[in-house]
Amino acid sequence: MDTIHDQITDALKGHHADYIEMRMDESQSTRLAYRGRRLEEIGRTAGSGGNIRALVNGGWGFVSFNTMDALSEKVALAVQQARFVGKEKSQFTPLQPIVDTVTASSKKDPGNVSLSAKKELLDSYNDIILSTPEMQTSNIGYVDSRRRITFANSEGSYIEQNKIDLNCRLTAIAARDGTVQQIGLSLGSPGDFSAVESLHDEVREMAQRAVRLLSAPQAKGGEYTVVLDPILAGVFVHEAFGHLSESDFVYENQRLRDMMVLGRKFAGKHLNIVDGAAVPGLRGSFKYDDEGVPAHKTYLIREGILCGRLHSRETAAKMGEQPTGNARAISYHFPPIVRMTNTFIEPGATTFEEMIADIKEGIYAKDWYGGTTSLEMFTFSAAEAYMIRNGKIAELLRPVTLTGNVFTTLENIDAIGNDLLMNQGGGCGKSGQSPLPVSNGSPHIRIRHCLIGGS
Amino acid sequence: MHDILRKAKRVADHAEVFRITSKRTPVQFEANRLKQIQTKETTSTALRLIKNGRTGFAQASGTIDDDTLIAMALDTCPFGAEAKFAFPNQTDFPQVAVFDTDVEKLPLNEMIEIGQQLIDAVKHHAPDIQCEAIVSEAIATVSIANTSGGNASYTKSVFSLGIEGVLIQDDEMLFVGDSDSSCRPIRDGKHVAADVIRQLDQAKRKAPIATARIPVIFTPQGIASAFISPLMVAFNGKMALDGISPIRDKCGKQLFHNNLTLRDDATIPYGTGSSPCDDEGVATRKIPLIENGVVAQFFYDLQTAALAKTQSTGSGHRGGGLPSPSASSLIIDKGTVAFTDMVKNTKEGLIVEQLMGAEQGNVLNGDFSGNVLLGFKIDNGEITGRVKDTMVAGNIYTILKDIEAIGSDARWIGGMLYTPSLYCPKVSVATKVR
Repeated sequence: MDTIHDQITDALKGHHADYIEMRMDESQSTRLAYRGRRLEEIGRTAGSGGNIRALVNGGWGFVSFNTMDALSEKVALAVQQARFVGKEKSQFTPLQPIVDTVTASSKKDPGNVSLSAKKELLDSYNDIILSTPEMQTSNIGYVDSRRRITFANSEGSYIEQNKIDLNCRLTAIAARDGTVQQIGLSLGSPGDFSAVESLHDEVREMAQRAVRLLSAPQAKGGEYTVVLDPILAGVFVHEAFGHLSESDFVYENQRLRDMMVLGRKFAGKHLNIVDGAAVPGLRGSFKYDDEGVPAHKTYLIREGILCGRLHSRETAAKMGEQPTGNARAISYHFPPIVRMTNTFIEPGATTFEEMIADIKEGIYAKDWYGGTTSLEMFTFSAAEAYMIRNGKIAELLRPVTLTGNVFTTLENIDAIGNDLLMNQGGGCGKSGQSPLPVSNGSPHIRIRHCLIGGS
Repeated sequence: MHDILRKAKRVADHAEVFRITSKRTPVQFEANRLKQIQTKETTSTALRLIKNGRTGFAQASGTIDDDTLIAMALDTCPFGAEAKFAFPNQTDFPQVAVFDTDVEKLPLNEMIEIGQQLIDAVKHHAPDIQCEAIVSEAIATVSIANTSGGNASYTKSVFSLGIEGVLIQDDEMLFVGDSDSSCRPIRDGKHVAADVIRQLDQAKRKAPIATARIPVIFTPQGIASAFISPLMVAFNGKMALDGISPIRDKCGKQLFHNNLTLRDDATIPYGTGSSPCDDEGVATRKIPLIENGVVAQFFYDLQTAALAKTQSTGSGHRGGGLPSPSASSLIIDKGTVAFTDMVKNTKEGLIVEQLMGAEQGNVLNGDFSGNVLLGFKIDNGEITGRVKDTMVAGNIYTILKDIEAIGSDARWIGGMLYTPSLYCPKVSVATKVR
């Protein structure tokens, strides 16, 4: 242990940079993939590598590598690149050095579950899907991974963090007369295998719903009052607002800074939006980010007013705010950038029944299929949708895609439920770094004038 | 590599090693100025074993000793898929030019200059724009060897440049951008800047649009964002084998407009999707997918082809796991109608340049549905401005049957697609009421 610590500390010395950090990453993972009856892939992967990032006069150099030899020369290269770029004063919030080791804790470590037990569990789900009448095929992907990340910087921090993550997606694909419909179920956990166990009833229900979609109508395109379930509302808050809170989009752009000025009213008093890795036990939880900043819990919107944003040490320094522990890198191939962790809308007081009671014609959209944003405009798609007619849930619809403008859509949220639920499936992509473990959540929410694409 | 094969042969019946080593140097610009220089080196080794007829797999990035890698793959063998194929024994491959030493030799200064000139050109036209740009060079060596005697190795160089700009006015954002890539250096980004400037010009004004079914011109970028995902699902041999490609039993049938031709071609000299062989050591070739509107064939890797009782098309690609079928460089043949004539002959219509989130629809069924991130209204034969808050939805099997004109304006998008604009006479457009 100490020898690596010394080796790294030595390599960081004497380079005349404003800041240098080094990150070493060792990982192991197991993946299984089914297509129908075929277990297409069962494989194990191992990875080891590291990177060095240097800051000189506001310019950055970054070197990533697979072998630990000649560390000092790699540091020198990163510093040389940074010096080549840098032409101004570096701005980077200083931190007190932290020395810590964080162990991974897990109720049921997937590393202690045998390959055959994993296969047996997935086989049982696959059997349920494939034995459903009119099912064409299934699609199952499972990955669990264990990582040890060692972080050291020129300020004297030395942090070792151990992480476990698992992610599973089950898809049922039904077909009839040339029409194909699919429904997926996404699950994840920061290391607890039991999160993917005992799902047989959900899987059965999902498979039956995929078949029902074959005869479901498509929504007519246009504006609707839409009620989102907690899972889809979680995707909405992530896409529609979360990305806009990432300061690396904002910090160098005066017009965006004006647009995202703290104190601006975005929505009604009932809306509170939070992001934070310090919320424990979720896939976006950790103790330190990839710049060695302790995890925070950050209010982004409080009572409808913009009151915070997500920062790295550089964006915080340049905006005169405090780092929030949101600098994350998906692997050693990449420098950390500003990312979300666990993002959610805080619960309100409205029950689901109250929420739909006065809707004459609307759409109830549930569960996610995907989502993306251009900051101002966003789209996300529901895996399950129903018409709401005269205050009641009516017929099943084909999956719908929702789109909107962040500013008007947040204003148009007029009811927030009392039933917060966090969704741990999926992952987030940004600047080629995907899928990053995050979680998002919300209670049921109602949005007026939401645009739906359709026939 | 041959050491691993020798050792693996002692414990398994057949083995294959795939190795890729790469070095990439991206130069990044942020907020209109140089921000970061990176040097990224990676090595990754994948081992596929066949033992008692079953496939095992392990992959390691970085250094790993041979025995550990073999043990990891061996672990998975008893559960693995039944191997229906034999490793190929090919050692000679037709020449496909994918390497130019000039890429490696291009000095960092020059890369920075190319990026800065690109930004300056765009900024000169729109002083308020904030641009991010990347100029990047990469060299990668791919080696494949197996116990059937198959052996392939090639080195590829890739140069790419791209720019994305955002213009903000009050609460409105306009995103523009373009990119280009080649296996040879692109020393001048003028054409990329010119396209971004065209987008800025056309977006200067906003134009109203109503919910209706109207003619839509999909530009090459628009085609990339709306049609390619559902098309790739449809022509993937694995999807056909599983019975979920809607065209699985339609070979030889006319499903598309009779002037529409689509092929996958990994043999284009200096194309960034090109290579002499795929990731399983099977020679690449031109693969016709749609010929004059008729479904021609699907693309396959070794295992899928064996299950479907056909031959690999040299389309086995790896994305961190076992190979699976995917396309290399898609080509849609250009037509005869000038883009300007398409516009001129439209009374009321829409040009779709970027469709956001289109692949979130039911791509298996050929459906797409997305927000028009960049699109322009046509009124009485003229582009009248940018549309916003608008969704376009449809099904490729309906839309690509009823094409009214194929453009003469073909271009590369992201090095992976070469296509002209397509004029589609009736597409569903939905928009906000207010």
